[in-house]
Amino acid sequence: MAKIFVLVEHRQGRLRDITFEMLTKANELTEKTDAETTAVLLGNNIVEHAKTLTEYAKTVLLVQDPKLENFNSEAYRKILAKLITEHKPSLVMMGHTSYGIELAPRLATALGTPLATDCLDLTFEADGLAVTRQMYGGKVNVKAMLRKAETYMTTVRQATFTAEKPATPPNGQIAEVPSLLTEEIAEKRFLQYVLPPSGGVDITAAEKLIGIGRGIKDQTNMSMIEELAKTLGAVLACSRPIVDKGWLPSDRQVGSSGKTVKPKLYLALGISGAFQHVLGMKSSDLIIAVNKDPKAPIFSFADYGIVEDLFKIVPALKGKIYELKGQKA
Amino acid sequence: MDVVVCVKHVPETAEAELRIDKTGKAIEKTSLVFDINEWDDYALEEAVRIREKQGGTVTVITVGAQDSESTLRKCLARGADTAIRLTDPKFENSDAYAIAKILHSAIKNLHYDLILLGAQAGDDGSAMVGPILAEMLNIPHATMTKKIELNTGTAKVNRELEGGLEEQLEIKLPALFAVQTGINEPRYVSIMGIRKAMQKEIKVMGLADTGLTEADVGPAGSWTTIEKLYVPPVEKQAEFLKGTPEEIATKIADIVKSRGLI
Repeated sequence: MAKIFVLVEHRQGRLRDITFEMLTKANELTEKTDAETTAVLLGNNIVEHAKTLTEYAKTVLLVQDPKLENFNSEAYRKILAKLITEHKPSLVMMGHTSYGIELAPRLATALGTPLATDCLDLTFEADGLAVTRQMYGGKVNVKAMLRKAETYMTTVRQATFTAEKPATPPNGQIAEVPSLLTEEIAEKRFLQYVLPPSGGVDITAAEKLIGIGRGIKDQTNMSMIEELAKTLGAVLACSRPIVDKGWLPSDRQVGSSGKTVKPKLYLALGISGAFQHVLGMKSSDLIIAVNKDPKAPIFSFADYGIVEDLFKIVPALKGKIYELKGQKA
Repeated sequence: MDVVVCVKHVPETAEAELRIDKTGKAIEKTSLVFDINEWDDYALEEAVRIREKQGGTVTVITVGAQDSESTLRKCLARGADTAIRLTDPKFENSDAYAIAKILHSAIKNLHYDLILLGAQAGDDGSAMVGPILAEMLNIPHATMTKKIELNTGTAKVNRELEGGLEEQLEIKLPALFAVQTGINEPRYVSIMGIRKAMQKEIKVMGLADTGLTEADVGPAGSWTTIEKLYVPPVEKQAEFLKGTPEEIATKIADIVKSRGLI
């Protein structure tokens, strides 16, 4: 029977959300095509994870090895190449995560398997696998076809599919496969996890956040925003470019590679709304966005939108809030 | 240390309004400004810093038409020593896989200790070229690289994971690192640099020079083919506040106040 492989992603003892999102999508595809979902789990002392996965997949292929204690793309590549060659799945799914990005292109090249990355949707069509992805920072969607092949590989975007337990429990079987690793991977060794130093402000605890992005343009404009934040009693957060430029420390970054926040107010200034950022703030109670581009993706997530130069809005807003606070006092 | 940097000439789209062209498979590019891909800019800076510290050479390489020479010139002005442009009508509509093959055909004949490039490109965002190239060259790699510390025969690199976490790896050289933005602060181009760059020669290579065949490149040599481009469907649309900046500010303040947040 045809199989869909889902590469299980886990780190520091936890199965990551993307795993369940992929399994849900795989189950949706297998239902349509009479195939079977296989979760592929590589690690060390992870039988508990395997048991959890039996509630989502018909088969859990389990490889345990002390050399798989931490993710290593080269170790994964060797083991997966063998498993894929043996089982010939019609599709291999991985997360478009730091791990998937590290592993998938290299594995696909080694196997000669067509790969599409960062997919938002996957559909088997008569001519092969069709994928939906994005270009130009999410401003354009693309439908693309993969070259016809026995096995396709994809990495899928995080938080795109909603994880759901199958309505009928698959009562999956755990199939343990011996590890083929004979020695440590010498050319690429995991040393440790590193947490960047904290700047001392916890944006996840703030009631009101002002999120700033590329539209701030120049560091000298920061003081204007800081004044607004002070008047409003809000904490400054930002999208990636602001941290890259060194204008705010990395613990102010909102998004997939930063923090996830849920404030009562998120005022987005000059943020276009790339999905990486949106992932970290879309659950805020009230989102108000100011951006010059009327088609900026942020307006699909905001409750209120303002298409205007933020440098005109910010001083006016500061004045208004000051006024209102005065009345209250 | 000899460093090869792969760069891509891409349109700046962060603040531009995009339109899909008549073919339905590309965007209209005439009104867009092209520049070096943002991620590659950091890769180039990292390479120049390594050369300044340790000596050696920096070679920049791109696959692109005549207009991509402006990106190569910029790299030369910023400190690259030599530049190679791979170009051929047959290279058009190559996906990331085919581009990696084209880059490989030239890089395999160069001497390198390190290959650097951006973790992804701002146009197709596939994040594939680096690891594919590393596999073809049979050298170790790391993507999403936030820090590179070179030692004798090895490098310690920090890779960005999710949620602010990083992992530190030790990787044998020669190696390929795909760098994430923020790894350094790219420098501005000096007038001296621009003058010097104008005199440098850019080596141009076509399909015949690469040893590849027509079947290896373009759509025939690609994993994926674009069927169509379309504007992302809008599931929800913000309520737009209109008026003068003063009027808008009043509306925002009233909304915030109505939620008890002022």
